[in-house]
Amino acid sequence: MDLPQRPILDVTGLHKSFGHLKVLKGIDLKVKPRELVFIIGPSGSGKSTFLRCCNRLEEPTSGSVKIEGIDILAPDVDINTIRRRIGMVFQSFNLYPHLNALGNVTLALRKVLKKSKQEAEDIGLQALTRVGLAEKARTYPNELSGGQQQRVAIARALALEPVVMLFDEPTSALDPELIGSVLKVMREMRESGMTMVVVSHEMRFAGNAADRVLFMDEGLILEEGPPEKIFNDPDHPRIKEFLARMESH
Amino acid sequence: MMLDKFMLTYFNWEVMAQYLPKIVEGFFLTIQLALSVVVTGILSGLTLSLIRSFRIRVINFFIIFSVDILRALPPLVIIIMFYFALPTIGIRMSGFTATWLALSLVLTAFAEEIFWAGILAVPKGQWEAARSTGLTSLQTMRSVVLPQAVRITIPPLTNRTIAITKGTALGAVVAVGEILYQAQAGLAFSYNPSPLTLGAIAYLILFVPVVCFGRWVETRFAWKR
Repeated sequence: MDLPQRPILDVTGLHKSFGHLKVLKGIDLKVKPRELVFIIGPSGSGKSTFLRCCNRLEEPTSGSVKIEGIDILAPDVDINTIRRRIGMVFQSFNLYPHLNALGNVTLALRKVLKKSKQEAEDIGLQALTRVGLAEKARTYPNELSGGQQQRVAIARALALEPVVMLFDEPTSALDPELIGSVLKVMREMRESGMTMVVVSHEMRFAGNAADRVLFMDEGLILEEGPPEKIFNDPDHPRIKEFLARMESH
Repeated sequence: MMLDKFMLTYFNWEVMAQYLPKIVEGFFLTIQLALSVVVTGILSGLTLSLIRSFRIRVINFFIIFSVDILRALPPLVIIIMFYFALPTIGIRMSGFTATWLALSLVLTAFAEEIFWAGILAVPKGQWEAARSTGLTSLQTMRSVVLPQAVRITIPPLTNRTIAITKGTALGAVVAVGEILYQAQAGLAFSYNPSPLTLGAIAYLILFVPVVCFGRWVETRFAWKR
């Protein structure tokens, strides 16, 4: 018997305004375990803001965000405990330049999970191995390529064993020949059953890895569906327009 | 002939030998004063910049206001106020305390601004990355932001610290027996400027290593981005 699966991430009626500017105007999204949800849309449509509301890097103006059923906007919630369950990968990697790759990966293990140095390093090395960078453990970020830096950033999130990973344009800052290595790691994560929400312009990756594609425009989800539908036969002419413009790049 | 006169005036060994013990005494007092100023000024400057990072409006207004006043006043004015003006309202302090307090306050003000600039120079993404892994804001400050901020801070802070610790010479005005005071006293008693030469040499012995140390620290802590 198939039990109804509780969503890992459950967002309802999410609004976010910066002053008078309404960036999110009511987003609803349920992400099931092991699902990969892909978000596309023009810049300024609120994609990044939406992701950042999901771990409260931005405070939503109203609505609710639940991670594994826990309302992360509740006033008595310990956001730091919840954040380590939500991995986040940034466009600009944001590695700590004063720490080597292993130091980047183990910092939160030491400080948040209070692991011993040895234990943290074991977990950290495993995480670096998963992204194919175990031999770079002692290398500092400035000596790594962009693709390697982003993979270390992914390992930093993975080491905390998150229940969901949020990717905010993970390949946008990378040279084309380095993008593949990051996408490969993301594909492996997907195959190992990680729940993922990805904001990106990598349409080909979306086409063969995503379960669902959401098109966001002006703070709303305009349309969502399986990638074949969104990419080949969207209901909204706005999406066709957008995809045509992306193609021409 | 000229050279003889020059040597006799500025490098009079007899006079120098006579006042050397006093200058040495002043040398160690200067070290004591300078170290107290550096420790007090840098620690309280760092503390203030950390308090400022909580961005509590009333407190920050007070910090910025005091820091600006201290940066605007000449240190000598503050020393003289502490030593000559405060006694009229019943607050008395030694020349040493007045000089230490005044220079420490000035260094606090400059150090606070330098540390604050360093904290602001750390990209916002560093905060976000750390917070997204569950670090609290204090943990982020300590383990991620400060280590980077301090490195950015070292060159300007070293320069400013050297400039302000040299201000220990201002203590001569309020009878602190540091190098300059002893040298001037020597000059007055002997009618010969050789003690001043000795004083200048003492300052060089004291501060050239500090300047070199500053250079070394700058290269040691610089790292490529």
